[in-house]
Amino acid sequence: MSAIGPDAAVDAVPLARRADNASPLRRIASDFLANPIAVAGLALLALIIAAAIAAPLISPQNPYDLAQIDIVDSKLPPGSPAPNGGTYWLGTDDQGRDMLSAIFYGLRISLAVGVISTVVALIIGLAAGLAAAYFGGRLEMLIMRIVDIQLSFPSILIALILIAVLGQGTGKVITALVTVQWAYYARTVRSAAIVEKRKEYIEAAHCLALSPARIVFRHLLPNCLPPMIVVATVQVAAAIALEATLSFLGLGLPITEPSLGLLIANGYQYLLSGKYWISFFPGLALLLTIVSINLVADQLRDVLNPRLQR
Amino acid sequence: MSLLVFVGVYAVGNPIDILINPQADQEDRERAIAALGLDKTLPAQYLSFLGGVVHGDLGRSFVHATSALGLILERMPATLELAFAAMLIAIVIGIPLGLWAGLRPNGVAGRTIMAGSILGFSLPTFWVGLMLIMVFSVILGWLPSNGRGPTVDVLGVPVSFLSVEGWRHLLLPATNLALFNVALLIRLTRSGAHEALLQDYVKFARAKGLTNFRVIGVHVLRNILIPIVTVIGLQFGALIAFAIVTESVFAWPGMGKLLIDSINLLDRPVIVAYLLVIVTFFIVINLLVDILYSLLDPRVRLSESGT
Repeated sequence: MSAIGPDAAVDAVPLARRADNASPLRRIASDFLANPIAVAGLALLALIIAAAIAAPLISPQNPYDLAQIDIVDSKLPPGSPAPNGGTYWLGTDDQGRDMLSAIFYGLRISLAVGVISTVVALIIGLAAGLAAAYFGGRLEMLIMRIVDIQLSFPSILIALILIAVLGQGTGKVITALVTVQWAYYARTVRSAAIVEKRKEYIEAAHCLALSPARIVFRHLLPNCLPPMIVVATVQVAAAIALEATLSFLGLGLPITEPSLGLLIANGYQYLLSGKYWISFFPGLALLLTIVSINLVADQLRDVLNPRLQR
Repeated sequence: MSLLVFVGVYAVGNPIDILINPQADQEDRERAIAALGLDKTLPAQYLSFLGGVVHGDLGRSFVHATSALGLILERMPATLELAFAAMLIAIVIGIPLGLWAGLRPNGVAGRTIMAGSILGFSLPTFWVGLMLIMVFSVILGWLPSNGRGPTVDVLGVPVSFLSVEGWRHLLLPATNLALFNVALLIRLTRSGAHEALLQDYVKFARAKGLTNFRVIGVHVLRNILIPIVTVIGLQFGALIAFAIVTESVFAWPGMGKLLIDSINLLDRPVIVAYLLVIVTFFIVINLLVDILYSLLDPRVRLSESGT
């Protein structure tokens, strides 16, 4: 069974915008677009990703090029004129960097760290979860016991412990984020795979004497993917938030690669003297990123869930 | 449970050879290493640590030169106070709002509450803390931005909730910490109420002519309370963990801030002691929730005695 294929119950519901013979992908797209809030979230997310990718092209200045920043311009409020004829729309930070440019570059790093850690964790989690479901027995018990233990502690605590043990640095932050996340995927894919494993098409594959690798990767895995997509989307947002929190606490990315969390932490000391913009705008960018990802994930959850199909 | 303890202690045994202060010169280093007992082999250190644990001694802080456990216990009341206050705020705000949204899922208020709860999940805690400071301390000047304020000793334990000044200091950090749980309780209460309203016993209660207040207050609320109490219990541990962030933002002198300071200073015994304390906390909380669960839900007790 394809979890997303059309079935009789779906077609029985008269919905003008859904063609009866539409491909699953097209149906998902049209279902997704039915919710204006989710579409707005998707548009916002696309904009944020575009801004992050195009940061060097659209930023008024390169915030890491010392030739372009001037300490004289430090802590200017939003809207102040810049020496090169432009305007510091979001003000400048304590070193005279344009906040708007710093945010674009920060987004790049935050998103990259979030996506990389999610992809790595997804691969590890998928492998562990599938192995647990397919082989069962001792291996399953061992893997799921580790998952249970890990999920009983808050993610921030696990990340902090790892940073305390491993030390600081970009690679170590990503390691911490991967360690925090993989258990979610392992649990989700295992429960999906256990249901799928009992279905007839897997039995048929066994009867055809296909190799275990082929059964797992070509038959079991594709059918377990829809719930994973939702969990992974939510987890990207969680990873970005967690990385920002770690950076804010001074235990995240190094100062040479300032993510949004580090920009916010940077403005913390100036907040009490009323210079709100150094912390406020990076935080707003972080918030918009997380909200837009969550909105998209929320709608994906509804669209990809076969039980909720109207 | 015993496995949890084992893994906790094992993770504690691990960091020992990694965290040696990299900045000191050779001679100083060797002297310091000998003084702190780091010249012994890893298993020997671990054994002497374990020997200490049996006697209630979790090692001495490298930085403060006092008992690590003492340092943590000294800070613990502040964190517990913060966590309790946050939970109180979450319950007082979250459950009524969730009930409201559950009873009128399609109303404007219900939808607004649900949208707000999505925001509550998405907002990065530390940034909200900064914004609270900005609005209430810097712009409005109503509430203090950091510290705990004057404390009153109750049985030798300093607390701040007994004085007005203490409450003023407590309000912002507690609200900040409560935010996530407000959103969580709203969602939980709403879905619980939503389901309960469709059940036969609610229809029956209405058919008996009970007032709306009684139907909701007694019949609905009692039945949805079981998952809520479970989550409140489990979330208490999370609150103590997340207090690490809130305490750092508001310079609240609790054990979370101690942990961050210790990580920055590589004060290993304090980190180790903190982890042991928090793992113990989680185990105790899980146990209490399990017990509470069987008290609240007769079905759990029945199935246990049946097997």
